[in-house]
Amino acid sequence: MFTDALLRSKGREMAQAKSAAGAGRSTPTRTRKSRAAKPPKNNAAELLPFYRDMLLIRRFEEKAGQMYGMGLIGGFCHLYIGQEAVVVGMQSAIGKGDKVLTSYRDHGHMLACGMDARGVMAELTGRIGGYSKGKGGSMHMFSREKDFYGGHGIVGAQVPIGAGLAFANKYNGTDQVSLTYLGDGALNQGQVYETFNMAALWKLPVIFIIENNKYAMGTSVTRAAAGVSLYQRGAAYGIPGAEVDGMDVVAVQEAAEKAVKHCRSGKGPYILEMKTYRYRGHSMSDPAKYRTKDEVNKMRQEHDPIDQLRATLLEIGVAEEELKGIDREIKAIVTDAADFAQSSPEPDPSELFTDILVEA
Amino acid sequence: MSVQILMPALSPTMTEGKLATWMVKEGDSVAAGDVIAEIETDKATMEVEAVDEGVIGKILVAAGTDAVAVNTPIAVLLEEGEDASAVDSAPAAPAPAPAAAEAPAAEPAPAAAAPVAPVAVVPASDEDKYFDEVKTQTIREALRDAMAEEMRSDDKVFVMGEEVAEYQGAYKVTQGLLQEFGDKRVIDTPITEHGFAGLAVGAAFGGLKPVVEFMTFNFAMQAIDHIINSAAKTRYMSGGQMGCHMVFRGPNGAAARVGAQHSQCYASWYAHCPGLKVVSPYSAADAKGLLKSAIRDPNPVIFLENEVLYGQSFDVPVSEDFTVPIGKAKIVREGTDVTITAFSIMVGKALQAAEKLAEQGISAEVIDLRTIRPLDTATIVASVQRTNRLVTCEEGWAACGIGAEIAAQVMDQAFDHLDAPVARVAGEDVPMPYAANLEQLALPQVENIVEAVKSVCYRG
Repeated sequence: MFTDALLRSKGREMAQAKSAAGAGRSTPTRTRKSRAAKPPKNNAAELLPFYRDMLLIRRFEEKAGQMYGMGLIGGFCHLYIGQEAVVVGMQSAIGKGDKVLTSYRDHGHMLACGMDARGVMAELTGRIGGYSKGKGGSMHMFSREKDFYGGHGIVGAQVPIGAGLAFANKYNGTDQVSLTYLGDGALNQGQVYETFNMAALWKLPVIFIIENNKYAMGTSVTRAAAGVSLYQRGAAYGIPGAEVDGMDVVAVQEAAEKAVKHCRSGKGPYILEMKTYRYRGHSMSDPAKYRTKDEVNKMRQEHDPIDQLRATLLEIGVAEEELKGIDREIKAIVTDAADFAQSSPEPDPSELFTDILVEA
Repeated sequence: MSVQILMPALSPTMTEGKLATWMVKEGDSVAAGDVIAEIETDKATMEVEAVDEGVIGKILVAAGTDAVAVNTPIAVLLEEGEDASAVDSAPAAPAPAPAAAEAPAAEPAPAAAAPVAPVAVVPASDEDKYFDEVKTQTIREALRDAMAEEMRSDDKVFVMGEEVAEYQGAYKVTQGLLQEFGDKRVIDTPITEHGFAGLAVGAAFGGLKPVVEFMTFNFAMQAIDHIINSAAKTRYMSGGQMGCHMVFRGPNGAAARVGAQHSQCYASWYAHCPGLKVVSPYSAADAKGLLKSAIRDPNPVIFLENEVLYGQSFDVPVSEDFTVPIGKAKIVREGTDVTITAFSIMVGKALQAAEKLAEQGISAEVIDLRTIRPLDTATIVASVQRTNRLVTCEEGWAACGIGAEIAAQVMDQAFDHLDAPVARVAGEDVPMPYAANLEQLALPQVENIVEAVKSVCYRG
């Protein structure tokens, strides 16, 4: 039967993704795939940028949390700490012109897209130097130049928008893809399934990346989802799905490349369920009493994406001093961003009435 | 170098909190991310994590202390190997900032006057010159021609919606478009308003110019989150970097005998929201000219049609260069005793009322608003300054409606010119009934307008 065959094929993909994930750190002889050259997987030159990019997000978010504590950042602030491997691995599989968008936990995605740490941090502090001149805030930032389309504050709303970007890619005759991130909570929104249907029906080049960090605010997946194999949620529409160790940047990259290849070849959408974890609360004011400290500590100690990659790098002979150099470089970038975000002025009062409409 | 650890703000509204518990003691080494204390905020008990690694040199605020203000130094953190004598010289770093509830952190702007909202400029129009050569067309045909002409001139324009392609439109407004432009540009969607409205917003973000047809605007309520939150607000939220060049169009208001869920005017719903333009034409010429302008407009435009009007015929300019600017009302009948404002189907009723009033010796000026947002207040105010009386007409409910807004604007700008309170003619404050007699009673009729005008003219 078609459905059974489909599910079986998903099962195989899942198994492959899992074995790739499991082999992520311990098999230094594996080769890495990329669209252009294909250097060996243990190539430090290729792994080091992952380390750098993940560390930038980690340190940036720690600084953002600190500045929130100082009252420099207002409102809601959702930190990405713990989930860095997902966005860094995904980004490594795409190129210029491919589109990215996500929900409100968006700082990491913006940094991964190459947006300037200064502009992101200054938006958090509500200053004119921010990406949205201080008018968007943590949840609402965009950069057409870097192909980042938000930053959406309504849970699930980014999903049809992401499919719409894919629609435009296809309409314009390009092979560009749209990376549409959503959380395990958003996956229960009706518009996600409206989108799955249209994306499959019209074979839109969109990859739905479910960042399953186990909790939709304070509600665990097991309490919110009937059926926890989230990567199978597209099965009824014929959308292939795979489950990936989202704490392993190399496993993410491999899954991403497969999905991107699928999309670029005109076969339609793809679902990747990233098993990941956020260390911090849902937002800054979340005491996170819905999970145990042991659970959090276990993830941090045994599955941290940065620690894991750091161990791999040391294992394959990268000098500790080189990693420390990266640490210093990142610290300088984040310190500079924080300084900029505090010295950039607030928007001029006249900005209140700009950017509402443009002249016809 | 040693640093002070400050009392953190842990919620958007926190100004002070209780330092409930210290999880570390003086002399303990901590790493970034270690929990060092628990703090009770106005919402919950929160853990505080160390930001840097180091040694707790001194605890400055004892556990159990109530009402510790945000940014109060609560402990001193020494760097590894640093002597405890450094405690005293610890700077209050990082530079403490005022808490969220206090003054803004940046230098306050010099006591500048509050910015003033710009007044929408009423655009100039050369529309009249195109009426030298006209043809008779139904509104349905005029709308179709507007879309076809814009699709011919700009290949980024496409039409999507339920039954717009093979079925030729639920109300036949898109008749022939599939045959001319093919299924790449005339797209039948599943019945999935929320989804396809969001998808069209994404297509607009991607540089296309979607024309989204809702089979009726009643169904657009399923999609209103994307219309408001995704389409209307993005330009502002992005600091002007990107927006939505798109049109949402379809029939609005009451049809006939279709009951409460299919008979509602949404003009005031959308007119409420900055970031949108809202258009609602009456004549076929305005329907065509305004739809062409809407499709060319770089902002999201709500284009409210009326099912009952689709088959009505009007003179429409032959020239494809004819357009009507968004934001300009039109005086469709001149008069001296009273101003009547209306839009969409109510313009026809207002004109009929004016005819009856003329028989009774009252000269009514009728303004077709055409655009609801931005509202052409200048034309209304200038008219009221001549007539000194105003009656507003709309099919929708009066509460928070278009008439309420016009009354407020006129009170604000022409209060001294009014010889009578503004009267509103609107739909009755009930869900639309099905029974023919009740439906008739619920909707504003010509006679209601006549009565309202006589009332503001103090004619019994």
